[in-house]
Amino acid sequence: MTATELSTFTLTLASLVQESGHAAPAHSEPAAGGMATLLVPVFTLLGTVLCGLFAAFKVKSKLPAWTTVLLLAASFAAIVYTYATGQGTTSPVIAHGFDWISITWGEFGSAGHGHGIAANFSFYVDALTLLWMLFVTGLGTLIALYASEYMSHDVGAGYCRFFAAFNLFVFSMSCLVMADNFLLLYLGWEGVGLCSYLLIGYFYKKPSAVAAAKKAFIVNRIGDLGLALGVFLIYVQFGSVEYKAVFAEAGRYIDAARAGHFDQIPWQVQLIPLLLMVGAFGKSAQLPLYVWLPDAMEGPTPVSALIHAATMVTAGVYLVARSYPLFLCSETALPVVAWVGTLTALLAATIGMAQFDIKRIMAYSTVSQLGYMFAGLGVLTSTGAAFHVLTHAFFKALLFLCCGAVMHGFAGQLDLRKLSGVWKIPGWKVVSVGMLIGCANLSGFPLTPGFFSKDMILAEAFVTPGMAAIGWLLLLTAGLTAYYTFRVFFRVFVGPVEYEPGDELHAHDDHGHDGHAEAHGTVHGHGDSHGHSAATGNHGHAGHFHPHAPGWAINTVLAILATLSIVAAGLYFMGDHGGWAANMVHHSTAALPPAPADHAAESGAGHAHGSFLGMDPHAVMYYVSAVVGFIGIGVAFWLHFAGRTTAATSRADALVPKLGAVARAAQHKWYVDEIYDFLLVKPLWVLSHIFHLIDALLVDGLVDFAGWVPRTVGKVIRPAQSGLLHGYAIGMAGGLAVLLLIVLLAVT
Amino acid sequence: MSATFDPLMVTIAQAGAPAPMAGATLAHYLFVSAVMFALGLIGFLTRRNLIIMFLCTELMFQAAGIALIAFSRFHLNHTGETFVIFVLTVAAAEAAMALALVVLLFRRRESLDAEQWDEMSG
Repeated sequence: MTATELSTFTLTLASLVQESGHAAPAHSEPAAGGMATLLVPVFTLLGTVLCGLFAAFKVKSKLPAWTTVLLLAASFAAIVYTYATGQGTTSPVIAHGFDWISITWGEFGSAGHGHGIAANFSFYVDALTLLWMLFVTGLGTLIALYASEYMSHDVGAGYCRFFAAFNLFVFSMSCLVMADNFLLLYLGWEGVGLCSYLLIGYFYKKPSAVAAAKKAFIVNRIGDLGLALGVFLIYVQFGSVEYKAVFAEAGRYIDAARAGHFDQIPWQVQLIPLLLMVGAFGKSAQLPLYVWLPDAMEGPTPVSALIHAATMVTAGVYLVARSYPLFLCSETALPVVAWVGTLTALLAATIGMAQFDIKRIMAYSTVSQLGYMFAGLGVLTSTGAAFHVLTHAFFKALLFLCCGAVMHGFAGQLDLRKLSGVWKIPGWKVVSVGMLIGCANLSGFPLTPGFFSKDMILAEAFVTPGMAAIGWLLLLTAGLTAYYTFRVFFRVFVGPVEYEPGDELHAHDDHGHDGHAEAHGTVHGHGDSHGHSAATGNHGHAGHFHPHAPGWAINTVLAILATLSIVAAGLYFMGDHGGWAANMVHHSTAALPPAPADHAAESGAGHAHGSFLGMDPHAVMYYVSAVVGFIGIGVAFWLHFAGRTTAATSRADALVPKLGAVARAAQHKWYVDEIYDFLLVKPLWVLSHIFHLIDALLVDGLVDFAGWVPRTVGKVIRPAQSGLLHGYAIGMAGGLAVLLLIVLLAVT
Repeated sequence: MSATFDPLMVTIAQAGAPAPMAGATLAHYLFVSAVMFALGLIGFLTRRNLIIMFLCTELMFQAAGIALIAFSRFHLNHTGETFVIFVLTVAAAEAAMALALVVLLFRRRESLDAEQWDEMSG
């Protein structure tokens, strides 16, 4: 690598940053600035290329990991710099990279509709962008550090490929989040989808991983179609795909929308958010397109943590928050978002309660929490949604990385019936404490960041008129969440010490990773497990299996994330109502415009302001949700901890037969996959086979017949060509004779 | 057969031309031509030696030439004669090439037998 080149480049860009720093906003058009953000795609793309080169030169060290960590840390620093210097935090600035698409047609220079399209590789840096980029690059750095140890089995094999895709993902994500137009957003959108596919299918020799990757890609296609149509409609309606133009145009309708006069807004404008929403639901795993996310856990755990929990899946939330002015213009869009989010949250929580694979439980909790975020957007608290995205990013990454550490240490064991008392095993303190903090966040334990962010959404659901049902359902979901979260904790981390290893060593053999035996040799205690896991493997601690505790990289990352998952609560108290996140959202396109005067007066009279059982939701929701959370944790304690003597059994076992079909259905994920299979996959399969038959018989038949005719004719008359000179001569003479005969007969 | 009569052409044709053989009509010339052509054709069909076959084609060429000259004389114009001059020119060139080909073919098979060659069989 050419360090000098990089540094000169950095210098050039740094000087650009210096210049732009002095530029002052002159008019309402977003000023130029935030040039440092352009470093993020540069660094990450550089990382992709470097990791690709490492793979080409067969680098057999952890070089790709350290390169990635370094470049992502530099990206994070660039974003922090932008935030710290206040570029974009109060009013949006545009960092212009280069002209990407710029086409004009028709009368040159006319500014009318449909006379050109401009989409630059430029970044729209506002507070929402910065909020997202701070945790995307920050968590990206931490998770890359974690992955450097977690993926160590694959050094020299898929290690470079993993980090190349990792970098490409952050590149795509930065395009998605920072784009200043819908086309660049779409580029990033497809890019993260591609990286998600590549990383889910990382163990490409494992059929289930390949199937999961395909499923994720195909389900996302459905959503992407909606997004593409939405972008087309935006262009048709507003004549531009650039945020500043689109939102300025949409602003004309905002007053009418806020006053409730939706009949004054063209139906096409009202249709746009419904289309965008389909894309958001696909990417963020909401009903009915959530089915890909639980399967995506086939990927390596750092990928689950980064892409399928903390960052990529919040892209849908980002899209809705970014396009909030458009969503506000539609009468149906936000209620639909709220209801879909709520139902997804509830459904995923009920499935999560009945699963045994801890990573899968976390996956369903992600779907469920994303549902909360959408519900928050739907009940007009983009602040609550954005804050929940932020806190969720921290604690869900923490939870996944803890699960990953367990999986890594117990040779791939993820079944909560086969693990118990991890807390008491030496070397697992950091993981256990991290898990406890993550679980407390997820279940909304008072004073954790997750508690505050969930509260904002819950309270707002009760405040928003007509959304009380959503509030109740979300409250129920909060209870269920607390139950299934602590079910995992009480089963796996406390109780009697008992475990059996998973079958990862075999699985690794299946992957055919070269040199993994060598990598294992460096890990203490792992070599023994080879022999043991090959045997039947009952209760591991009695035999030879010793779980290997996580190393410094994993522990450091977990400690940092655990700290963040506590101190993030402080953000709630920074600033006025809603704290730091509210402050950020307020200075972005996700801000809620003030209601018109007459409407405000109406709500001031108390007609429209909802209440929670006659009390002010803002005041009582802290206590209500805390009680609900405690009930959930208490039930989990009673069923899965109190009196439990073995890993495999608990009081809940007695409960399952009583619930009968309901418990079975929840265990089978409400048969949603089977229903989709029956309603969509099977008919499409039959249809495709019919098409195949038509192709094989009719189309191919015609083509084959066209070839068959000359071939057969040729076969019949081919013997006429003897190849002998005399044969041709006789033919000529005979022909001449016949010709003469004809002439003779004609003349006489 | 009625020929177009051109007084000027008659004069030119008859001025420098030798006197026709007494009593020889067009039919005689055509008969000679036909016999020559038939001999050439028979030779071409019956012989297998490449050089002989080539000579036979030359024979057929010249037979056609005699017929053309005869008709030219009969019609008292130069069309046929002109045509024959071209045919002779082409025949000379073709003879050079054909003999060269025969030599090459001979080198390949050490034989002049035309039946050695049947590569174009379908």
